[in-house]
Amino acid sequence: MTGKKKQTDITPAHPLDDLIRTDRIPHIWCPGCGIGTAFSACLSAIKRSCENLNNVSMVSGIGCSGRAAGYIKLDSFHTTHGRAIPFATGLKLAKPDMNVIVFSGDGDLFAIGGNHFIHAARRNMDLTVICVNNLNYGMTGGQAAATTPHKAKTTTSISGNPEDPFNLPLLAYAAGATYVARWTILHTRDLTESISEALSRKGFSFIEVLAPCPINYGRRNKEKSLDSLKLYQEKSIIKNGADPASVDLDFQNGIVLGTFVNRDKPTFYEKYKMINGLD
Amino acid sequence: MDFWRVPLDAADVFVTKGVVHILEERCKGCGYCIEYCPKSILTFSSRFNKKGYHPPMLTGATDCVNCHYCEIICPEFAIYSVEA
Repeated sequence: MTGKKKQTDITPAHPLDDLIRTDRIPHIWCPGCGIGTAFSACLSAIKRSCENLNNVSMVSGIGCSGRAAGYIKLDSFHTTHGRAIPFATGLKLAKPDMNVIVFSGDGDLFAIGGNHFIHAARRNMDLTVICVNNLNYGMTGGQAAATTPHKAKTTTSISGNPEDPFNLPLLAYAAGATYVARWTILHTRDLTESISEALSRKGFSFIEVLAPCPINYGRRNKEKSLDSLKLYQEKSIIKNGADPASVDLDFQNGIVLGTFVNRDKPTFYEKYKMINGLD
Repeated sequence: MDFWRVPLDAADVFVTKGVVHILEERCKGCGYCIEYCPKSILTFSSRFNKKGYHPPMLTGATDCVNCHYCEIICPEFAIYSVEA
């Protein structure tokens, strides 16, 4: 009797529990890490805009964000380092009706996988690429990455990073992406809406999500996770339709957020079918 | 959210009510829900969970307006609200 009562007492589960592998939760992401929030926004967007969940799959590369593919309770694949986009390209071409999401980090997508990214954008593959940008290589111990801001301290740049970082929205736009947006994990509602818009449209969509990395990046730059969120709150400027060339990440003067590009172009598969008379 | 005066149409506005559920064993104590709750009804509890973190607890359980912000900002899937 008491046992029965106990079972009814363990009440309802989290609304996203049907999309996550709950046996693997709590996940490995550090306390205060923003990947969990970005992942949760992605799941909400999937729930909102995909009717048939059997037709959705997630592909990740290596890194902290790469773990997402292991936590989602849908078809997913955790690829080798940097090769999330090539795998997703093959998946999309084999199953053109499938909604393929690439969820990975800045190091995976833009450092080792940089070439795959620009060529998928050039071909206009029908993918949704979500890049969690935590400004460093978090999983391997906080080394300087292609997105680490100038002067930021990391384990491989102890007196400050001498390099300039990538402007990811400009890179995506220049390579040919048809949807480019940037949000932070604090702007979760906008982020969810943006991902859900990207999922329901055709063409190569790229969404950059700024997320704090309190353990490896924050610790060396005197920035706790709540400080990062306060920085996002104070310094962010929402400018939809802003020129991607003007949205360099500038944590001193203002972080420009919004949907920068939303244009229509025929996708690779459409053009392929046309050229080969498959219609 | 604190108002510096009661809005003139406060009596006419329908405010939703919610109940917050906290899955304490999943919490890693990042404090995002506590910091960004618009009604400031969450605080760190003195209890420890299995992993040694202090999960949040409710200070004004009846004040929740069911905005779901704690639910969507939580990186751990550890807190959510449902309509009362």
